[in-house]
Amino acid sequence: MVMIGVAFLAFYALVGLFLVYAERKVCAFMQCRVGPNRVGPYGIIQTVADLTKLLMKELIYIKNADKFLFNVAPFIVIIASFLAIAAIPFAKGLHAIDFNIGVLYVMAVSSMGVIGVLLAGWSSNNKYSLIGAMRSGAQIVSYELSVGLSLITIVILAGSMQFSTIVEMQRDVWFLFKGHIPAFIAFVVFLIASTAETNRGPFDLAEAESELAAGFHTEYSGIKFAFFFLAEYMNMFIVASIAATVFLGGWMPLHVPGLEGFNHFMDFIPPFLWYIGKTAFVIFMMMWFKWTFPRLRIDQLLTLEWKYLLPINLFNILLMAFIVLMGWHL
Amino acid sequence: MSMKNFINYISGIFKGVWSLLQGMKVTGSYFFRPWKIVTQQYPENRKKLEMFDRFKGDLMMPHDENNQHQCTGCGICEMNCPNGTIEVITRMEESAEGKKKKVLDKYVYRMGMCTFCGLCVKTCPSDAIKFTNTFEHAVFDRSKLTKILNNEGSTLKKGAE
Repeated sequence: MVMIGVAFLAFYALVGLFLVYAERKVCAFMQCRVGPNRVGPYGIIQTVADLTKLLMKELIYIKNADKFLFNVAPFIVIIASFLAIAAIPFAKGLHAIDFNIGVLYVMAVSSMGVIGVLLAGWSSNNKYSLIGAMRSGAQIVSYELSVGLSLITIVILAGSMQFSTIVEMQRDVWFLFKGHIPAFIAFVVFLIASTAETNRGPFDLAEAESELAAGFHTEYSGIKFAFFFLAEYMNMFIVASIAATVFLGGWMPLHVPGLEGFNHFMDFIPPFLWYIGKTAFVIFMMMWFKWTFPRLRIDQLLTLEWKYLLPINLFNILLMAFIVLMGWHL
Repeated sequence: MSMKNFINYISGIFKGVWSLLQGMKVTGSYFFRPWKIVTQQYPENRKKLEMFDRFKGDLMMPHDENNQHQCTGCGICEMNCPNGTIEVITRMEESAEGKKKKVLDKYVYRMGMCTFCGLCVKTCPSDAIKFTNTFEHAVFDRSKLTKILNNEGSTLKKGAE
């Protein structure tokens, strides 16, 4: 058990560091820039240098802050993402906990992070932090609905909430193709809503620099700030993993029914690589969103959820249920 | 909700998605074409770095092969300079016919005070000064930033007035 914990810690730190680097490179290429290229070849050690700097920075003590909650908040955020990562199947059997309600569990613990964000904003005793935290709360409460409903669409198709079963059922066809139209709509809705749930651009209202300084983590410095930063990237990784597992078959190779030779060839690629590749694809999509679209206003954000995504999603669930009932899926 | 509103709602969704996709097409096309990167990686490409024509690097006064420049010493550049960077020092010279004439003695340019606005070049009536493309101006002694732009013993080109 301790070994698994240590492995997850190392994995968490490595993936976090790599994602920050990847984000900076992707963003640079999309803006016709080079990105970090001084520390190490192609700048790959840049984020290690950044982390070292953050570790050595002073932890500034805020005089009128609620000291206990102020210190606890970053841990709640990071623990929530640790809890979520435990349920993700990396390959066959490479799975820390395989609940029979895995989807529900991930939904539940991933939304716990908002408690940390709210506490951080509240305990900082700073109006910008508080406004940022409140926005984050409103945003996550709204978009949690869409994330949940789009996952339910696939749960209807799969008939199970256990991640291992969901992956196993995609042996022949991935759910994205099996459920065709409703599954594709659910995938798009999931991408949008989960981008909002991880507080990433174009939905990064909780830390809108131009209006709120840095939002809920304005008063944090050093390693506590690094925790928030790391948790944001890890949440992106978790959300991408769930999208890959539920819609794109997780670690299951790409199989086309009828093409025996092709299927056999695809089996030679290790499952872990399939999982990483799919996750990287979804992460790239989210980075693409962030560096393309302008940020939404808070009212536009809530309009998008309540007037567009939610009705589309409810209709989509009906459509999926109808298709499953009629057996019209692949 | 009336029928018209409903159609507007549905078409609004498709229009929105379409415009978002167009934005993604632009950034995506840049991402997959890394050779389009415009960043100049300066110290590495120093040997083959080419600056563009309109770059304002260093003020200079072109001289032709007879060591002649086109500056009449009118001082318009000095008057136009917002920082007092330029000082045009003239002297009176007597020609063979006994006519007195003002000629350029020293054209002092203090780069340390220059903001490279280019007003001097723009207002010069005889195009006597121009900007070059050089930009590595760092020196160890401040006095080296003060330059005399006209060459030793240079004269005014015929017909430049």
